[in-house]
Amino acid sequence: MSEEISKDKPLKIDYTPPRERWMEPRVEFRKGTYGYPAASKHEKYLELPNPREWQPNEEDWKLPEDWKEIILKGMEDRLDRYRSFRLFLDICVRCGACADKCHFFIGSGDPKNMPVLRTELLRSVYRRYFTLPGKIFGKLAGARELTKDVLKEWFYYFYQCTECRRCSVFCPYGIDTCEMTMMGRELLNLVGCNINWVIEPASNCFRTGNHLGIPPHAFKSTVDFAIDELKEITGIDVEVPINRKGAEILFVSPSADYFASPHWYTFLGYLLLFHEIGLDYTWSTYASEGGNFGLFHSADLAKRLNAKIYSEAKRLGVKWVLGGECGHMWRVIHQYMDTLNGPADFLEEPVSPVTGTPFENAKSTKMVHICEFTADLIQNRRLKLDPSRNDKWKVTYHDSCNISRGVGLLEEPRYILRNVCNEFYEMPENTIRERTFCCGSGAGLGSDENMEIRLRGGLPRANAVKYVKEQYGVNLLTCICAIDRATLPPLLEYWVPGVEVAGVHELVGNALVLKGEKERTTNLRGEPIKGEEEELHV
Amino acid sequence: MGLWYSISGILLLVFFVVIGIEGIGLYSFFTIFIPYAAVLLFVVGFTYRVLKWASSPVPFHIPTVCGQQKSLPWIKPDNIDSPYTTGGVVKRLALDIFLFRSLLKNEKVDLEAPHRLLFRTSTLLWLGALAFHWSFLIIILRHLRFFLEPVPSVVVILQRVDSIFQNLLPILYISDLIIVIALGYLFIRRIIYPQVRYISLPSDYFVLLAIGGIAISGVLMRLIYKVDLVQVKEWVMAMLSFRPMPPKGVNLLFYIHLFFVSLFIAYFPLSKLMHMPGIFLSPTRNLLNVSRHRRHVNPWNHPVKVHTYEEYEDEFRQSMKEVGLPLDRE
Repeated sequence: MSEEISKDKPLKIDYTPPRERWMEPRVEFRKGTYGYPAASKHEKYLELPNPREWQPNEEDWKLPEDWKEIILKGMEDRLDRYRSFRLFLDICVRCGACADKCHFFIGSGDPKNMPVLRTELLRSVYRRYFTLPGKIFGKLAGARELTKDVLKEWFYYFYQCTECRRCSVFCPYGIDTCEMTMMGRELLNLVGCNINWVIEPASNCFRTGNHLGIPPHAFKSTVDFAIDELKEITGIDVEVPINRKGAEILFVSPSADYFASPHWYTFLGYLLLFHEIGLDYTWSTYASEGGNFGLFHSADLAKRLNAKIYSEAKRLGVKWVLGGECGHMWRVIHQYMDTLNGPADFLEEPVSPVTGTPFENAKSTKMVHICEFTADLIQNRRLKLDPSRNDKWKVTYHDSCNISRGVGLLEEPRYILRNVCNEFYEMPENTIRERTFCCGSGAGLGSDENMEIRLRGGLPRANAVKYVKEQYGVNLLTCICAIDRATLPPLLEYWVPGVEVAGVHELVGNALVLKGEKERTTNLRGEPIKGEEEELHV
Repeated sequence: MGLWYSISGILLLVFFVVIGIEGIGLYSFFTIFIPYAAVLLFVVGFTYRVLKWASSPVPFHIPTVCGQQKSLPWIKPDNIDSPYTTGGVVKRLALDIFLFRSLLKNEKVDLEAPHRLLFRTSTLLWLGALAFHWSFLIIILRHLRFFLEPVPSVVVILQRVDSIFQNLLPILYISDLIIVIALGYLFIRRIIYPQVRYISLPSDYFVLLAIGGIAISGVLMRLIYKVDLVQVKEWVMAMLSFRPMPPKGVNLLFYIHLFFVSLFIAYFPLSKLMHMPGIFLSPTRNLLNVSRHRRHVNPWNHPVKVHTYEEYEDEFRQSMKEVGLPLDRE
């Protein structure tokens, strides 16, 4: 965390707009409010345009000579390729309903974080170069020249949007700022303005198969470590197949699950579950990433990274693919994968090998969400569960943006939670399900150098957590998103100390009664199963 | 700034009509040339814009999902907010188009304490917008009596219902009253709410003022400065049969009314008013949430450079071998 942020100097939030008009581009690259630019070696590895060393807070961004032509040509090209782009630029009436729906606006008060103005940053340039009134009336018609300052503003604000799509729920025309941010970022990439927190994971993923850059042998040793740990906790020897040809199912999860904390415990949960039901499956080191930071950069990069899943499923000869707990991964898989890299006609329509349930909804893409899979197991009573093993937790559930507004997977995780823990409380209605608030760190904004913006963006979510903490004593926030699990702990520590973060399958792993297991004394975190107070009374 | 530009723009236009009619007597210009030109611009512009949108493909399947997906048979899916049938998507669009359902979800966030948020439902914008659009529609439908002979009974009934309070307030249409109030609200909120004022462009005020000009001149013609409606209808019929001649027995107010209507029609395709056809094409609202069930095809889905398994194994073969991971080529 950067030094400037401490509780003694609380973040100021003021919703009064400044005196100067938004049409004058003005942006200050203050420490804590922007991500570092992409390292050129990663841009070179991915063969992206204009790789160089530069800094946003410096005057000279070392743009190519003809940067303006490149951007305008890029805009024209995308206007022809994306109906959403042209339509959403054209039809906004600036009613302002979206204004206080954005977590970054709520947490910062910066008017350019109102979704409507974020889009006006692009729209004003569109008017100037692509519409008749803009060409004739200029500023009077809300049109702006494309200048370097406008470009800098784009960089600042399109990397201050987590593509969470909350605004599009409230927009009377469904204008989706995520689409605008995606276009903005694609355009910025054309002149070499990317952030490292997006490009480095993407480049890692392209090379090693996962964002964290874990090579296959390290993957193997992390899995071995998990096997040892599970042996210690449960007394069971779990088998974890890797790159095994002929398995029925390929399992893909976000790489943070097997390398970061508290993701690790979710990973342990998966392994226990698959062991217990005797799943014929395999992990892959080549497709060892479900997440897709390419999505936060361009459709092409998303496609390049996503291609590995189907190609590996084909190489290994599996029947279908099962996917772990991750947010934007599921936006890609649900809304993009089949279109980008399908049709997956070499796979079979997914059917649960345990219950025989066909997953009709995944008939074409042939990839099933683990919460759909587990909910079906529980509903068919194929799992023996002891929810009291999670009794130290009072649980709430955070809908991840992409899972709710991208997929509509709302009930499955809740059904699982109600079966694996005894105390589950919902956060207030206007902060969950389709109205859920982003963690404030998605879409590549989760870096430490961006901490002030992350804390501000995380305020609405944290505020709702604080509410259930005060009301019901909630001490665990569950979620099915790897970015949430990585970025919410520091945010909650700042805003609501005393609430931990966990994946849903961590609690499944705790509650799951395994055949032949020893009496469990600790949960997957290695903490005593009984709450500390209870133990004292023994 | 934008506000004053718009107000002076509107006043200038009124002045333009006054001079044109009272000063120079350009009757044919205002009642024949301008209305024809406006309609032509509208038809051409409207079609062009819609075709332009339609010509850009929808590369990805991006509905904004607002309810439970259809997945396992025992989980109740939400066919309106996460539509999985065409009927569902039609309902979703219809609720948005006719009842502004998304706007109804609106809520306002305030800071109760420095870092404590307070959510309040906020339905005023929804109410104002709904009142405005519906009264506008009813007024347009009422005007059909000038365009159709005989006047269809639907239009007559609509007119009767709309003037149900005639006994209390002479000749006042409910829709007239509502549109003036609603426009007033929509205009005032652009001025008094700092955020809405901050985002408002001159054109945002301009459109409201222009429609306000139409409404007020219309109401005044009905209440105070009466116009011979028979003459007006004759003029409309002549226009429709392409044997145009300027109307007789109308006053200045009629010319202003007509001019603002023409302005509105001509300006429509050039402006944000295109949200009207636009919502039908909005890919976040008009798509089914079935993208894993049925493949969505992107017409320009071009090949990209990928990192193949062979390249990957070539790079990591030695270390994979050491830890005993299976290899395709030894």
